[in-house]
Amino acid sequence: MSIAAFEPGAEPAADVESSNYLTARNTIASWLLTRDHKRIALLFMASITFFFFVGGFAATLMRMNLATPGGLLQPSVYNRMFTMHGIIMVWFFLIPSIPATLGNFFIPLMIGARDLAFPRVNLASWYVFNLSGLVVLFALVMGGADTGWTFYTPLSTEYANGYVFAAAMAVFINGFSSIMTALNFIVTIHRLRAPGMTWMRLPLFVWGVYAVSVVMLTATPVLAMDTFLLAVERFLGVGLFDPSRGGDPLLWQHMFWFYSHPAVYIMILPGMGVVSEIIPCFARRPVFGYAGMVVALMAIAVLSFFVWAHHMFVAGISIYAGVVFSLMTFFVAVPSAIKVFNWTVSLHKGAILFDAPMLYALGFVLLFTLGGITGLMLATLAVDVHVHGTYFVVAHFHYIMVGATVSAFFGGLHYWWPKITGRLYPEIWARFAAILMYFGFNLTFFPQFVLGYLGMPRRSYTYPPEWQSWNLLSSAGASILAVAYLMPLLYLGWSLIWGRRAGPNPWRATGLEWTIPSPPPSGNFEHTPHVALGPYSYDPERGRYISQDGTSHAV
Amino acid sequence: MPSSRTIAPEIQYASLAQQGETAQIGMWVFLVNETLFFGALIFTYFLYRLSYPSEFAVAAKDAVLWCGSTNLVLLLTSSLTMVLAINAAAQGRRSEMVAWLIATLALGFLFLGFKGYEYFEDVRDKVVPGLNFEMKPGEAPAGELFWVFYWVATGLHAVHLSIGIGLILYMLLWRIRRGEITPTYYAPLEVVAIYWSFVDAVWLFLYPCIYLVGRS
Repeated sequence: MSIAAFEPGAEPAADVESSNYLTARNTIASWLLTRDHKRIALLFMASITFFFFVGGFAATLMRMNLATPGGLLQPSVYNRMFTMHGIIMVWFFLIPSIPATLGNFFIPLMIGARDLAFPRVNLASWYVFNLSGLVVLFALVMGGADTGWTFYTPLSTEYANGYVFAAAMAVFINGFSSIMTALNFIVTIHRLRAPGMTWMRLPLFVWGVYAVSVVMLTATPVLAMDTFLLAVERFLGVGLFDPSRGGDPLLWQHMFWFYSHPAVYIMILPGMGVVSEIIPCFARRPVFGYAGMVVALMAIAVLSFFVWAHHMFVAGISIYAGVVFSLMTFFVAVPSAIKVFNWTVSLHKGAILFDAPMLYALGFVLLFTLGGITGLMLATLAVDVHVHGTYFVVAHFHYIMVGATVSAFFGGLHYWWPKITGRLYPEIWARFAAILMYFGFNLTFFPQFVLGYLGMPRRSYTYPPEWQSWNLLSSAGASILAVAYLMPLLYLGWSLIWGRRAGPNPWRATGLEWTIPSPPPSGNFEHTPHVALGPYSYDPERGRYISQDGTSHAV
Repeated sequence: MPSSRTIAPEIQYASLAQQGETAQIGMWVFLVNETLFFGALIFTYFLYRLSYPSEFAVAAKDAVLWCGSTNLVLLLTSSLTMVLAINAAAQGRRSEMVAWLIATLALGFLFLGFKGYEYFEDVRDKVVPGLNFEMKPGEAPAGELFWVFYWVATGLHAVHLSIGIGLILYMLLWRIRRGEITPTYYAPLEVVAIYWSFVDAVWLFLYPCIYLVGRS
């Protein structure tokens, strides 16, 4: 075993400049026609960042409107804002967020491959994503849809006004992009692992993306068929979902949630993977219960398919179905809790470093726990009848989808930023943004739990004056959150030019991606690595860590 | 071994064999997704069929049985010719491979021809929901749902079959002509064949749903 001490910026700068994936060939065509998974990841990064701010703009208008009971927007405009906020944030930011950017960039690097299995499919996925993005922007600019992101019938059929069909088609086309990305990851993880990279040596991020890919691949086609049938109903005027003509309006909801409940796990599973990378690295401890973490990830993926009707407890499904779906929902809490326990125990006796990625990861665990526990309350039939369709639900799923997933996304972005760009970000600013995001988030969404419990319905543009103080708190929190989301844009952008050079392994982490230069060369690995051991071989007592290729390093 | 071109694997593969094997797995994984896609449709069909058994039985009597049955025979035969083409490719009998592929193409086009004729009959019979529909005695509004399923399912199947025809044409006019399909590397052809057989298998499910159930 060779021993290499970490020295930042030790390699000659000119060497790095001439050979990495960013500088290899730098024409517009070389980017737009690239097959390099790292470049495609950056293309995705640009697209989803754009949509994040479009969706965020809609949210800003909503929170401004709700700051006063009288409101600011016309009711119909408010309806369109929450609909477009939901559609854009779910399909155009959260679902592709971690898999298509960090996953695309790091899956091949972490398993020791030179690219994904199907690079052209990967590029096509980006183009299809942008096509669907153009369609959703068209729907937005023309006036938007007002059905809510769930497109419930008959709001989306008989009573549809606005550009419901265009928005639904955007979702339909977007699904092809998800499917292509998922297919690529599944095949890549099955076939392109480096010698010695057995399934139980895979980093947990790879497992997280694998689990999410399986869910994406099997859930998305059902939504595709559902929206296709919606289009048939709209265009031909038949009654697939219309009870007066023999159709069943609940069928839409069943098929929609058969996709969209797993979609919630599509958003959270990769975040769990990211956090499982960050916590051992910054606690300098092996992750506790690796096998349990893997089983928990796959168990969540499988169970996610058997809980969809818990969205429909008050929609008129049978009480027996309600009991079964309630029970299944409780089962999902078991693997989720295993993960939270294991992350927590991984910290025990660690030499914890509170760098920005770690702050985001710890924020993730706390927010995920709160979102998960309120999820159990919602899974309880009797409680759900009380709080269904209120701000309690809004707060619950924002804790999971925004609090947890976006924290994980930013954590992963900071953790891997030195590898992606070759530069270190300014640590102080990043820590400040991470803490600000945590407090801004809680200030925005915790009051919504209270409001929901008091009975404030979601999707309402107005409310009685006695609820104003809670709403005002929430709007104030949203403005803090907005600042915390904008800050990384500034200091990460700054670091691209003025940041310190990172060197190959600034965090002294063990994954294969840290054994190659930053930014990585076009072909990733000069020689296919041989994997000698599992991930997370950190040893704080003796001040050492061992990379997955078997080289031991002194801290 | 008449190999007019030397084919190198793409950079992410160690060997051509790994590349070919991976391509096939990619198609299988894609078919998982396709299965769920058609599965959701067949699920809605059975949901409504169980809700309205008599209306569906009346409506289904108007489906043109002989067209569907002929098409079943045509498609199953085309899977056989496809496999024979692969067999010929594996043994390096190039002209035989091309002949079997052309036979497969011909059977695919014949299927579309019969399907088109059946659509023509359906339009004459006024069973196009929404556009040109006349309710038959005993059919009730729910009978229209049978025909929605019929048009959506057979339409999507025809689109899939047309894509399959396009893929075979791509093989014949591009990959084979350029000598890229050799006895050592014919995985692209196998990928097309897996897809083609899946489209057949879909018809195996659609055929009884449309033409057989409820017909005594």
